[in-house]
Amino acid sequence: MADGATVGVPIELRKVTKAFPGGGEPAVRELDLHIPAGEIVVLLGPSGCGKTTTMRMINRLIEPTSGDILIGGRSSRDIDPDRLRRHIGYVIQQAGLFPHMTVAANIAQVPRMLGWPRKRIAERVDELLTLVGLEPETYRSSYPRRLSGGQQQRVGVARALAADPPVLLMDEPFGALDPISRERIQDELLRLQEELAKTIVFVTHDVDEALKIGDHIAIMQRPGHVVQYARPAEILTNPAGDYVEQFLGGGSSMRLLRLTQVGDIELDRIPYASEDMDARDLLREVELDGRGHALILDGMRRPLRWIAQAELEGVHGPVGDAGEPVTVSIGHRMTLQDALETLLNADTDVLPVLGRRRAYAGALSLGTVQNAIQSIKARERERRLRRGEAP
Amino acid sequence: MNLWEYVEDRWDLILFETVQHASMVAQCVLVAAVLGVLVGVATYRRPRPAAVATSIAGVLFTIPSLAMLGLLIPPLGLGVAPSVTAIVLYALLPIIRNTVVGLRGVDATLVDAARGIGMSRRGSLARVELPLAWPVILTGIRVATQLAMGIGAVAAYVSGPGLGEQIFSGLARLGGANAVNSALTGTIGVAILALLFDGCFVLLGRLTTPGLRHG
Repeated sequence: MADGATVGVPIELRKVTKAFPGGGEPAVRELDLHIPAGEIVVLLGPSGCGKTTTMRMINRLIEPTSGDILIGGRSSRDIDPDRLRRHIGYVIQQAGLFPHMTVAANIAQVPRMLGWPRKRIAERVDELLTLVGLEPETYRSSYPRRLSGGQQQRVGVARALAADPPVLLMDEPFGALDPISRERIQDELLRLQEELAKTIVFVTHDVDEALKIGDHIAIMQRPGHVVQYARPAEILTNPAGDYVEQFLGGGSSMRLLRLTQVGDIELDRIPYASEDMDARDLLREVELDGRGHALILDGMRRPLRWIAQAELEGVHGPVGDAGEPVTVSIGHRMTLQDALETLLNADTDVLPVLGRRRAYAGALSLGTVQNAIQSIKARERERRLRRGEAP
Repeated sequence: MNLWEYVEDRWDLILFETVQHASMVAQCVLVAAVLGVLVGVATYRRPRPAAVATSIAGVLFTIPSLAMLGLLIPPLGLGVAPSVTAIVLYALLPIIRNTVVGLRGVDATLVDAARGIGMSRRGSLARVELPLAWPVILTGIRVATQLAMGIGAVAAYVSGPGLGEQIFSGLARLGGANAVNSALTGTIGVAILALLFDGCFVLLGRLTTPGLRHG
């Protein structure tokens, strides 16, 4: 990223109400929401719950009937709407690229309105295309029609980022993509966000997308209010009431698996040794452990081989190069879901977990995963009880 | 004297009348295009004014061209003034209508995107809506041009410039020497001009609608 890149600013909604003329009950009612700087906050809810209206009030595409919206401490009412919007990135479903302009011209729109010199715009366009994973040489002068849906949305994101705004609004941006492209572009958004640390308001009705993308999720209910505003894990383990539970649907334990990384849970320990360790010492450990296996690590603590109890019996001196090579292992950044998948497909019941620089960090078995889920749930239950007792 | 000899004999006059005709049509369509697009832009967002503008232009359109030219003689006299006025009035309808239809047909999400990234109403109109409506507007102008070609010929009735003179003088002398040749020359000239103009529009369309066509 270019030096001096703008990081996110907080957004504060204060008692924001929107009533459309002749619309009966307001679309959004007295909404209070604090969106922390540099976080992705997802507005989640069924259609008609006011999530899009809420988002569009932030860049004043819809004017609030009452209440105030502060962006980085400044009331949005004090800024001319067109100028305000030039400093808030805006991404919509199916990208909304202008079909009569090249990819480069699409991305250049906001910088051009801000009066950047031509050369700086051209450099910025190439920089952004690279950032969203499109080769500038190839895509710069092609027209949006020639791009796939996923590529179009990448350009949409690049256009939103063009003038380096602190805030990004995304209205169901990946809703029209096929599942594979959607997964990929979600991953990329998360990767980008690690670099950029923008404040992102993301509207969706897709629970899994919300859980994957959001640092915080605001679950909204008709008409226009927030029923729960919390981190994804908290929402899964401690849904605020029937509405949230119903909206999440079943499978919250499965979702927890997708949300938790292997490195976050307590791992199993198995006996391990370096090649020069005495076989008798290792045998004693394996017998104590009772599962009949040990890991041989190299000098950098990277797993090399599995060795069975039988292979150790009667051996004197160093362990040496006996045993079967380790073929399957689990990275500490893997989600529990992927780890489970790997476990189920592996020949052994236990797999080594690799930490940083692929060094041995522990072991994982089905039992470990089960224990982890149970302890997460127990912790949340406890927290709920404690909060219930507090005044 | 056959047609070819007739044309050869009067080549200078015919060429002059053809150029006059083309220039009159081109200028009238240009004026009508500017007026029509302005009216369309001013009214497309509001259903009632748009309907009023379209129906006024529509009513004008139903007046037969000879009657219209005749009606214009008292206020404007003979010659260029009534001819140009009539052609512009007829050319307005397809242009206004296509401008309104074209602008309304622009994908609402694109206008939302334009506003959402900070374009003003005018900016969105100039950079997004008009360029996207352009193929439809251009079609309107193209239809208007064909109309203007025909009306331009009739304009000779009020002593207007152009190839209409050949047709009218031929018809007036029907049976006389070269009467048919004269009428044919005028008619064929107008047809050739119309084809040439249409060709220009096809070319113009290709050049001014990047990225919108398939393939």
